[in-house]
Amino acid sequence: MTVSDDQPWRDPSAQPFLRIKGLSKHFGSVAAVDKVSLDIYRGELFCLLGGSGSGKSTLLRMLAGFETANAGSIEIDGQDMADVPPYRRPVNMMFQSYALFPHMTVADNIAYGLKRERLPRAEIASRVDQLLSMVQLGDFAKRKPSQLSGGQRQRVALARALAKGPKLLLLDEPLGALDKKLREETQFELMKIQEETGVTFVVVTHDQEEAMTLATRIGVMRDGEIVQVATPREVYEYPNSRFVADFIGSVNLFEGRVSEDGEAHMRLDCADIGAEIYVGHGVSCTPGQRLWVALRPEKVRVSTQPPAQSHNVLQGVVDEIAYMGGSSVLRVRLANGKLVHVTQPNLDRDDAHPVSWDDAVYLSWGDTAGVVLPV
Amino acid sequence: MKRGWFVPIAASLGFAFLYLPIVSLVIYSFNESKLVTVWSRFSTKWYGELFRDPQILQAAWVSLKIALISASVALVLGTLAALVLARFGRFAGRTLFNGMTTAPLVMPEVITGLSLLLLFVSMELTFGWPAGRGLTTIIIAHTTFCMAYVAVVVQSRLVDMDRSTEEAALDLGATPVRVFFDITLPTIAPALVSGWLLAFTLSLDDLVIASFVSGPGASTLPMVIFSKVRLGVSPDVNALATLMIAVVSVGVLGSLWIMNRRKPTNRNPQA
Amino acid sequence: MRRLLGASGKRWVVSVPGLWLFVFFLVPFLVVAKLSLSEAAIARPPYLPLWEWDDDYLTVTLNIGNYRYLIEDTLYINAFLESLRIAFFSAIFCLIIGYPMAWYIARARADRRNFLLMLVILPFWTSFLLRVYAWIGLLKPNGVINNMLMGIGVIDQPIPMLQTDFAVYLGIVYTYLPFLVLPLYANLVKLDESLFEAAEDLGAKPVHTFLTVTLPLSMPGMLAGCLLVFIPAVGEFVIPALLGGADTLMIGKVLWTEFFNNRDWPVASAVAMVMLVILVLPIMLLRNAQSAAEGRT
Repeated sequence: MTVSDDQPWRDPSAQPFLRIKGLSKHFGSVAAVDKVSLDIYRGELFCLLGGSGSGKSTLLRMLAGFETANAGSIEIDGQDMADVPPYRRPVNMMFQSYALFPHMTVADNIAYGLKRERLPRAEIASRVDQLLSMVQLGDFAKRKPSQLSGGQRQRVALARALAKGPKLLLLDEPLGALDKKLREETQFELMKIQEETGVTFVVVTHDQEEAMTLATRIGVMRDGEIVQVATPREVYEYPNSRFVADFIGSVNLFEGRVSEDGEAHMRLDCADIGAEIYVGHGVSCTPGQRLWVALRPEKVRVSTQPPAQSHNVLQGVVDEIAYMGGSSVLRVRLANGKLVHVTQPNLDRDDAHPVSWDDAVYLSWGDTAGVVLPV
Repeated sequence: MKRGWFVPIAASLGFAFLYLPIVSLVIYSFNESKLVTVWSRFSTKWYGELFRDPQILQAAWVSLKIALISASVALVLGTLAALVLARFGRFAGRTLFNGMTTAPLVMPEVITGLSLLLLFVSMELTFGWPAGRGLTTIIIAHTTFCMAYVAVVVQSRLVDMDRSTEEAALDLGATPVRVFFDITLPTIAPALVSGWLLAFTLSLDDLVIASFVSGPGASTLPMVIFSKVRLGVSPDVNALATLMIAVVSVGVLGSLWIMNRRKPTNRNPQA
Repeated sequence: MRRLLGASGKRWVVSVPGLWLFVFFLVPFLVVAKLSLSEAAIARPPYLPLWEWDDDYLTVTLNIGNYRYLIEDTLYINAFLESLRIAFFSAIFCLIIGYPMAWYIARARADRRNFLLMLVILPFWTSFLLRVYAWIGLLKPNGVINNMLMGIGVIDQPIPMLQTDFAVYLGIVYTYLPFLVLPLYANLVKLDESLFEAAEDLGAKPVHTFLTVTLPLSMPGMLAGCLLVFIPAVGEFVIPALLGGADTLMIGKVLWTEFFNNRDWPVASAVAMVMLVILVLPIMLLRNAQSAAEGRT
């Protein structure tokens, strides 16, 4: 398998399957979706991630055809969708509330879309059976939605949306209504089904962990715009703005001015933490320019003894320790009052923790641990 | 929340107030004496009297016909009006439409009755229709005020309804008309039933509007009762009232029983 | 759906009920307005036409005498004032009786609420006329109440209750009580229980909780309920006709008499027009109160 098979967005010759160009939607004077352009490739599991009001659901509803765009275009598999009503689009949707028809049985719910295509009865029956066994609900065909548990309803909704073999499946917060344990199991279930069917998925979610687990790529949305499109790893390790760095996971942000701009390194003078930050790679910038460094808590080391390295070392006092099970989060107060968050894995069971409240500690990090952000 | 004694007692008195007259009606319908309020002994003779009164039987038949037709027409028109109000968003003339739909609910009956009669008279003078007044004019009048009630009942169900089921059907390839019959109609069916029953009852019960717009030979049951009652209390009216109360109670209790019986299977096994 | 149905389908759905209401609800008021300006006559129908077309002359005869008549004869002004007074106090009495009921239902266990609500609605489903009639049997001089009171020796003369204003108040409060309880209940049931718990937690006694939290928050429901009683009560005919005395003046009864007994259609129309003008304001208030009570804006 070549790189471009696995990651078609890296191949400039690949044809996008879903092409969104300059799409905008206004509600009154508010732009819910603002000039969004996005290419999604066949077989992707693409996650639109954003807070409430970021426009992710509106974008999804425009793909389904429930909202008409004020500007821009949507193309699915080369076909423009502007004049295609929802009931003629090769797109199906799994609703956040599942929207199961309460007066129909599970089997009738799943068969509904197939009946609209006027398929022969026997064909519909066998397709419904196949879908029921795919979502492991074979014994529940005759039940009504109200007689199912939340997880079972979610699977019926998925089977119903997949029944017609859509080219594109839209999922609106597919796991939002499930409790945490079930959500984790279902995530893998969903990925397995996506791989088996090969259908392109577009998932809307506000849950960053969900997006990280599921997605081939994530599109981070804010105020109707897509601010970054990248793989989960890239979004986490190489955020392109303070917003993304802060929105995905937790982060320490230090503000500083460029004091030395070398070929393969730079130094920042950070009044914020009363120290200098050394970055071990070149950054295109000018001396005196204002920049930010985003440093993930788990990339910071804590020690009671001074570390060997000469730069990127801070001194502080442990202000707070939160035990989280797998790891602990420390809040360290620097001399100027600034708080720095540090995550430490809990490697041993009976760790009489080397650091405790009010201990004086050293914080240090590698030359390339931080991400330099201009905005 | 801990509750004092005041609210339950006051509420019970309120409920007693609602049912006191009804209970007394029922009791005295089985009274032998012609003096309605002096108890002599148990008898069902007034029920027999009732069924031998041709005037009452005739009027009951007229009222029933009117109520059946008006409620059914009002159901269709009221449901369409409810769809407009719940689903069409803003459009030119919406305020007027909304006003026309809800105003009949609170309009004093004497005004509705008088205005409709004057309309019918003017129409007859201008177009020659409706020729005279009778069943047709009462049906038109009842349809008009009943459709407002239907619209209110159906509209509130439409507003509460989960719109995403309709969108899901569209998404699965059903045309809008198909969605209406497959999804919307079954969902609002309970509201349609209660809307129709309400319209039927209101039509059966109306005295004032019918008095204005009816003509010779089209006396409704309330009109006959009213003229009897004006002359004094008559025991066969008690018997009639008891019968009507019995029918309504059986209907309401029956539907409650059906709903309760359906409940256990509706329960979510995991909830 | 709006967009999906297409313009022609939408127009059809709007126009059928719209046209019906226009012809049978709106136009009639114009006819009443027209007739209130014409002159009564002994004819069929009993009024003179408003305009006449004679050769090239259009003669429009507007007769404002009907309205002048309403002002000059104190009977009408008194009837209007009396109706407003009776309707107003009936609404207040309904509120006093109905508030504990609505509150009790709203705070009952969820599975009992529907049953209690049904108890409120059930009388409404049985004939209004017959329920008013039932009070005649209860209130008559030799009726149930007087017989009972005399039986236990509280009184030795029957108290005259029927054909008094008291009976009219009683009839209106009794008939329209569900109209007040239902919107008030709908308002109260939406209030979050934790609001009352918070007030108690912060040291408010039940009475204070009621006065400072419950009452202000149920204002829209109270207003909607009171108006739902007040508006139809102003024009009530059956209750004053059956329970009231000859001296009970209510405008609905006056209109009825004017129309059926005196056959003066123009004056009856003028009475209707004035009543309509008086009720426009409460009707508009009602619409605002209802949308506020339902939490819509």
